[in-house]
Amino acid sequence: MSNHETPVLKAEARGLNFYYGEAQALKNINMPIYDKKVTALIGPSGCGKSTYLRSFNRMHDLYPGNRYEGEIRFFPDNTNLLGSDVDPIEVRMRVGMVFQKPNPFPKTIFENVAYGLRVRGENNKRVLEDKVEHALKSAAIWEEVKNRLQDQAPNLSGGQQQRLCIARALATDPELLLFDEPTSALDPIATGAIEELVHELKKRVTILIVTHNMQQAARVSDYTAYMFLGEMIEFGKTDQIFIKPQDKRTEDYITGRMG
Amino acid sequence: MNEKSHLSSQFDDELGRLRSHVLQMGGLVETQISAAIDAYSKGEVASVKHIVETDRKVNDLEIAIDDDCAHLIAKRQPAASDLRLVFGISKIVTDLERAGDEAKKIAKGVRRIYEAGQMPSQYGIGIRHIAEAALVMLRQALDAFARLDAALAVKVIQADVDVDTEFKSIMRQLITHMMEDPRTITTSIDIIWIARAVERIGDHAKNVAEHVVFIVEGRDIRHLPKENKESKE
Repeated sequence: MSNHETPVLKAEARGLNFYYGEAQALKNINMPIYDKKVTALIGPSGCGKSTYLRSFNRMHDLYPGNRYEGEIRFFPDNTNLLGSDVDPIEVRMRVGMVFQKPNPFPKTIFENVAYGLRVRGENNKRVLEDKVEHALKSAAIWEEVKNRLQDQAPNLSGGQQQRLCIARALATDPELLLFDEPTSALDPIATGAIEELVHELKKRVTILIVTHNMQQAARVSDYTAYMFLGEMIEFGKTDQIFIKPQDKRTEDYITGRMG
Repeated sequence: MNEKSHLSSQFDDELGRLRSHVLQMGGLVETQISAAIDAYSKGEVASVKHIVETDRKVNDLEIAIDDDCAHLIAKRQPAASDLRLVFGISKIVTDLERAGDEAKKIAKGVRRIYEAGQMPSQYGIGIRHIAEAALVMLRQALDAFARLDAALAVKVIQADVDVDTEFKSIMRQLITHMMEDPRTITTSIDIIWIARAVERIGDHAKNVAEHVVFIVEGRDIRHLPKENKESKE
């Protein structure tokens, strides 16, 4: 299980604070995200894990009154993702997001995946076809949809829709993928397919996943961070966190002693 | 360890039951061993039958506790200290069951010696002494488990060296005996088997103590050099 290679940094939160208006949702988060590893964020509802996840692709920018402090460094170029000179659209090309509920656009399967590429200005039909096929294959849904690419995406099953959303996120070749409880709306079989997919994807892309399912965090991630009341309580190797956590609060949460 | 209770009180009950079953099994094994040692030093061959029969109870407890562990893992997916406890218990019962087997071997050895018309009492002191030491180790290992006391567990682990040393000295004594008077060979070999069983009980007690350290501290200290076994907490 253990691997002894030294992990490479893909991103790092440094002194990250976040405010929804007056309310502080993240408190001085310092945390590494390692390249081509899966990092799971766990913690009770309202602990800030989704807020933290969303900071990585500047989703909070859409609402007035939201405010970041500190930085999220993105490597190898050492860009501060939160820098005011950094275009959120550019950030989102490099950092893809998959949500809790599958949210395909009311378009065809093909157009869902091609969308990000078109936004980027790609209009060459051959290139689009190649990239869509590649993304659908990477998201392990190609075989199921290759003969009906022109069908409406919302007609797919929930599990297929979620894999389509992953394909859509993959189409622009992101370096970091954010998953916000990607399987909470899926049955165990579809969940298994997504988890298997996460395992495949980490060969090429770094993954940050928020999950309420502790066993899922234990199964899919290499590193786990436990958050509580906007603070990062403990970050460590997943094996370590689930067998011998260092902090009592982490221990209480993962053994079901909260409350 | 964690004294706070789970959100699920049923889970607490299940873990509590599991722990008390282990202590019950441990108590039974202790009784078996001291009965076997008594049989040896006092020549109570009559109790041998009882010891051999009671071993079945020990075996049944091992199976029942392992089964409870499997059910608990399937139902509750324990993590962290709970996981270590369940995993550790499943290993502890294996060692307890084997310590119970050793008690049975001692009892059977006693019966063989007496049936051959011999009195093992001339070696009684050495065996009695090493057996007391092994029994103390087992008792302390179980105490360490009951109180989740890693420091006590480390003491048990350290005590195993003394039992091993004493076993070697009994061996040397008996070899001398056999060389001096070959007529004692049969009895001496039976006594060696008994001493060996006692020494193994010490090993199992040490294993139990190592599992306790894992349960409490999450460190696997099996097969580590002695100086690295110290408690870190």
